Amino acid sequence: MWRISRRQLFWCKTLLHVAAALPLLWLFLAVNSDAAGGDPVQYIIHFLGKGALNLLLLTLLVSPMARWSKQGMLMQLRRPLGVWVFAYACLHLAAYFSLDLLFAWQLLLQEVVKRPYIVVGASAWLILLSLALTSFKAAQRRMGRHWQQLHYAVYPAVILVVVHYYWSVKSEIIEPSIYIMLALLLLSLRLKPLR
Amino acid sequence: MNRKFIKGILHRPRWELPQSEVTPEAVFRERRRITAMLGFGSIAASLPGYVQAGIFDLFGEPQALAPTRQLNFTVDQQYQTSETQTPYDKVIRHNNFYEFGTGKQDPFENAQKFKVDPWSLTIDGLVDKPLTLGYDDLYKLLPLEQRTYRLRCVEAWSMVIPWVGFPLAALLKKVGVSSKATHVAFETLFDPEQMPGQRNPLMGGGIHYPYVEGLRLDEATNELTFMAVGLYDKTLSPQSGAPIRLVVPWKYGFKSIKSVVRIRLVDKQPPSSWNQLVPHEYGFYANVNPQVDHPRWSQASERRIAEGGLFNAKRIPTLPFNGYAEQVAAMYQGMDLRKFF
Repeated sequence: MWRISRRQLFWCKTLLHVAAALPLLWLFLAVNSDAAGGDPVQYIIHFLGKGALNLLLLTLLVSPMARWSKQGMLMQLRRPLGVWVFAYACLHLAAYFSLDLLFAWQLLLQEVVKRPYIVVGASAWLILLSLALTSFKAAQRRMGRHWQQLHYAVYPAVILVVVHYYWSVKSEIIEPSIYIMLALLLLSLRLKPLR
Repeated sequence: MNRKFIKGILHRPRWELPQSEVTPEAVFRERRRITAMLGFGSIAASLPGYVQAGIFDLFGEPQALAPTRQLNFTVDQQYQTSETQTPYDKVIRHNNFYEFGTGKQDPFENAQKFKVDPWSLTIDGLVDKPLTLGYDDLYKLLPLEQRTYRLRCVEAWSMVIPWVGFPLAALLKKVGVSSKATHVAFETLFDPEQMPGQRNPLMGGGIHYPYVEGLRLDEATNELTFMAVGLYDKTLSPQSGAPIRLVVPWKYGFKSIKSVVRIRLVDKQPPSSWNQLVPHEYGFYANVNPQVDHPRWSQASERRIAEGGLFNAKRIPTLPFNGYAEQVAAMYQGMDLRKFF
């Protein structure tokens, strides 16, 4: 049977990095050329948040795809994808703190404690942080089986992220509802081996 | 065909063209448009390359803005502020007008073809003389004045905007309010053909259209309550609520209903769209109040959108009644504003 070669995997990864970086370049150009509105703050924050969510769902799609296509090598795409999720999530947070709150530390601390949708988002970010910090090979080796246990936390993280999205909108709930269903679908694919 | 032999060579008459040179019929029919296009093409070709190429293509052609015209008005010195005004360019490109989409730049992108002339604004209900105003009447019925008000959005951003218009009280005086009236109900145009948010639930944000708002009669006749037909010194652009909108500067922006077609005097509290949709987040009163947070964000401070780039914005403390307590606080004496938010 045909298998993806190392070389092909290398190109897959390269393509992945380019594809994940391009939207950031697009965002930069759009904001710079005034195409993102008169006050693009909300646009930037939503763009980065949704970018993180899209990449997170893509990360969860890797192992079902690898299993379905019987291409085990594809599993190696999870690390670069996961790191990109974390990068987008950090930029999302940074944009909220710098552009919306305008570096008001006190307000940030108050909001993180008081607002349920920000609590939920911040918890998801903390999970992603712990996964990103332990994403290196060395960490994987040192942690042994605990590494896998920790990285199962991506499942609650995706739930937190879609709830955060649903909760953050004023009334336009159709799109976040679709994301919730996609997340549940991807998680349900994982239930099968447990049966 | 008219052909003749000269020295064994087939000669064509001078007027006969080879088939390849005949103008196709489609081109002939379109000749005027094509000539016009070529004209624009040569203008475009004369521009330096960097203007045409690159990122400009990425975000599509800059579109033609809906026409606006200069208005004649007096500047009302009593209602001005020393605060920096939000540049016109930002006022017309950062809007909440869900009829044209929920994104902040959507109304700018989707509203430019909105037709405001002819227009019909009806003032009826519990009044002595119901009145229907056409487009031209909006600018002629009452003397126009300019007032600069702070606009505080419930989403915790704010602007400083010079409006042109007249006090709602002056309009209500024209129709004569019946003594039975206690409230005023407002309604935005319902026209799904022109307003994509009204026909497409993905764009309309779940609001039940037409958008409706309401005020207590004393709020409606307060000196600050204003009907705007202009922004800066021009008629309103569609995304700002053309041709006529309400401006209630001590309340969150969603109370200031846009593109109004009906003002009705009634004897009970009328429904208001956001309150109907999410009653625990948006009250009927919606007075700007730094003490009462929106359940999902703080109202204690606001991001003021003024001149300059992204990092030039400032976060400033929000004032009770958006800084208009002197003119309006008396109306709410004895009311628990945490309960009636």
